[in-house]
Amino acid sequence: MVTTSPTYGSAGPAVAPRSFLSKLRNGDEIARLVTFVFAMTVVLLTVLLVYQLWINSALPRHKFGLHFFTTSVWDPVMDEFGALPFIYGTLVTSAVALFLAVPLGIGAAIFLAELAPQRISDTLQFFIDLLAAVPSVIYGVLGVFIVVPLMRTVIYPLINKPLGFLPIFKGPSYGVGFLTAGIVLAIMVIPYIISVSREVLLSVPRDQREAALALGATRWESTWKVVVPFAKTGIMGSIFLALARALGETMAVTMVVGNTPKIAASLFAPGYSIAAVIANEFTEATGPLYTQSLIALGLVLFLLTFVLNGLARILILVTTQKGSGVTR
Amino acid sequence: MSSNLRVRWRKLVSDIMMTMTGLCALISVSVLFFILGYLVYNGGTSINWAFFTQLPRPAGEPGGGMANAIVGSGKLLFAASLFGVPIGFLGGVYLAEFSGSLVASIVRYAADLLNGVPSIVIGIFAYSMVVLPFKGFSALAGAFALGVMMIPITLRSTEEFLKNVPNNLREGAMALGASKSQTIRTVIIPAAYRGILTAILLALARVAGETAPLLFTALGNPYWNNSWTQPTASLPAMIYYYALSAYDDYHRQAWAGGLVLLALILIINIVARTILARGIAVPRS
Amino acid sequence: MKRFTGLLVAGLALVAVVWAADSLLINGAGATFPNPIYTKWFSEYHKKDPKIEFNYQSVGSGAGIKQVTDGTVDFGASDGPMNDEQLKAYQDKHGFPILHFPTVLGAVVPTYNVPGLSGALNFTPEALAGIYLGKITKWNDPIIAGANKGVNLPANDIIVIHRSDGSGTTYVFTDYLSKVSDEWKSKVSKNTSVNWPVGLGGKGNEGVTGLIKQTPNSIGYVELIYAAQNNIPYGAVKNKTGVFVKADLKGVSAAAAGMAKDMPADFRVSITDPLGKDAYPICSFTWLLIPQKISDSAKRDSIKGFLKWMLADGQGYAEQLDYAKLPKEVVEKESKAINSVQ
Repeated sequence: MVTTSPTYGSAGPAVAPRSFLSKLRNGDEIARLVTFVFAMTVVLLTVLLVYQLWINSALPRHKFGLHFFTTSVWDPVMDEFGALPFIYGTLVTSAVALFLAVPLGIGAAIFLAELAPQRISDTLQFFIDLLAAVPSVIYGVLGVFIVVPLMRTVIYPLINKPLGFLPIFKGPSYGVGFLTAGIVLAIMVIPYIISVSREVLLSVPRDQREAALALGATRWESTWKVVVPFAKTGIMGSIFLALARALGETMAVTMVVGNTPKIAASLFAPGYSIAAVIANEFTEATGPLYTQSLIALGLVLFLLTFVLNGLARILILVTTQKGSGVTR
Repeated sequence: MSSNLRVRWRKLVSDIMMTMTGLCALISVSVLFFILGYLVYNGGTSINWAFFTQLPRPAGEPGGGMANAIVGSGKLLFAASLFGVPIGFLGGVYLAEFSGSLVASIVRYAADLLNGVPSIVIGIFAYSMVVLPFKGFSALAGAFALGVMMIPITLRSTEEFLKNVPNNLREGAMALGASKSQTIRTVIIPAAYRGILTAILLALARVAGETAPLLFTALGNPYWNNSWTQPTASLPAMIYYYALSAYDDYHRQAWAGGLVLLALILIINIVARTILARGIAVPRS
Repeated sequence: MKRFTGLLVAGLALVAVVWAADSLLINGAGATFPNPIYTKWFSEYHKKDPKIEFNYQSVGSGAGIKQVTDGTVDFGASDGPMNDEQLKAYQDKHGFPILHFPTVLGAVVPTYNVPGLSGALNFTPEALAGIYLGKITKWNDPIIAGANKGVNLPANDIIVIHRSDGSGTTYVFTDYLSKVSDEWKSKVSKNTSVNWPVGLGGKGNEGVTGLIKQTPNSIGYVELIYAAQNNIPYGAVKNKTGVFVKADLKGVSAAAAGMAKDMPADFRVSITDPLGKDAYPICSFTWLLIPQKISDSAKRDSIKGFLKWMLADGQGYAEQLDYAKLPKEVVEKESKAINSVQ
């Protein structure tokens, strides 16, 4: 008996449409149905998550409206909640992290992609991938026991003595603070920048480099003026990816940022981030406005990372496709 | 000749800059080795047999261990896999073998969205979905949170690896009269099994170290967890609490816990990558 | 495939075996203030009756109040008594009230980490309020130096540390500050979570102690046992009568002595800044928050059994951990109140 499978297209002989029940007896339809249900579960979970975030943050939306984003008071006693200190802290710590991680990361990626022999490049990449797998609570522990004392005893005196007149370096050092959190975050996101940048650099077709070298460029000139610009969008993508990771990071930040919902110009001052305040205050937020304000913060964070991740993916895709498209 | 000088200068710049990139690589890798080394040293000197076999002691009393946290983490990961892996895997099968491109894009988009959600927000989600309706913190809630995080990685990787199985295998099976589901079950999945296994292991390694989603789902428990509807201790959460405390003995145990957790995750990662490096099991004709 | 199913079956078997255990787990969450004595009590009680496990999570009074109101834990714990609004919210949600049961008395002490100090410090109410309002910024400020003649205070900036989470300890401290400083009362007032003018936040008594230990020139407020167990210095505070008292069992008991006879029926009371030359001014009862109706009879009996044990044998463990025992009038009143838990 010939097994007819409508899903294989024009291969088999034409048959009349079968009833649903008889289709069901066919293992293929069951398989299709079952796997379809599971695939839809993924969509359902995602929709449910966004929905929950939205309706459970309705109170502050109605009460504060857009003022939620411009108020810097976080007062559970008076039921006044403003997101500004947390958005500020999240952005500042991430900015510091990128400021430190991007030059180091791209430099390392260039080295691994252009200079290092294949075996060394692969081995080092292997180790860097392991660095990306270290859980954040461990970075937090290392932050608390290494970076915080280091900040207080070495880094602060080093920077504050000569540059203490600048507003970003003013004031006492607590050990914890924006800069400390930024440093810990930088260590966490470097692996992402290195892996993705290295990959996009490697995908730049050889002829680009060879053409530049043939025209008399030095190694550096060929890299910096030809290869890197070619891979530019992909590298941007890696930076966005790293930024998305830094924005959402909870444990490492909450252990070293100082847990203070205040906006301060100095990098040595203690601060707060969206993820950290949710982690600290969610289980004790008494009263619906308090809880929902925290969830509203969660929604803000979610939207930020969502946009960044989306952009990152597009950029990386464009570069790697561009690279693979241009071959001879 | 000035042009010769200019060439020499450019060459010098080139050498300096390339050395700088090497320095960047050195610094980046050194940080890793420093972290590992410090953790191994502090963790290694802190680990003792009691750490693996005893329950935590009351606050301030030295001694005790994290036995219940280690088992608790194991149970959470096991349950998370039971929840997350089938959804991710079967969803991936659907995307690779059955779906049209519109549905596929929607599912993929949803998975990517889910993947990018910060873990603390997943914790909020699990709190409203499991803890509140079931009126209590539980290992189940924690497993739900971790399972949700495993889904996207499993789904995308399954789809990738199934798609990479060469078409001649499918056509060969078809020619022999196998139905679609038979082909998938007996030919395609076994061919891609290495990659899929790797993906599951990597997803596991990723959630093994997650602390934030457990803070308001599994809570904590100084005893052995006896029921899925009760709170449980977990290794990352214990490390977090102990590191923030003031007792020196708690700090010591936090280091030990950190070492154990890191070792676990690194081992899973290395195993996964070695499996993958051996290549897909299908020989090219 | 076969290997996988084999593993799956083994795993499920393990789950089934573990599920078969029959001990009773009762979950509670709340104050970090009494965490050392509570964990000690629950550990001893478990030795006495191995079938009963009390899981106490030291997450802060604020979280304790919220979780017991949400019904996600069986009991709560707080050193800031629930206010009328919170009590009403509980009653509205569950249909019956929640009861406060005092357990021990503790003291909130000002701990500090000032390198090179030659003696212990004395703090006046003005000094504490000024420091926490951000008006006194250096250790050698005259208001601090005035009470510490002969001690060489450095000219360093004071690093103020408070709680980042909702805390009963914060409630006690801000309750005291509100009584001794009108400016504090109007600007910040008392609560488990306030809008701190200055300082950085540590999570739990544990977190604040950890920060103080690691941060030179810092000051913070913690429950007495945390300072004592971790060997960090704490200062004496000038009480209402004008005497500088360093927190100890005598000082705490003296603070509660005046209140004991006038203990209200719901046990909610503040004993900060009392009169009496021996009294330590920043003390508080700490309470277990028990629902008046507990539907699970095994849990109800276990909780009531524990409360009875706590008022008798349990009190014996308090002093070795620097908590003061409950006055006997309170114990008597409370023993009767246990019966109201249905």
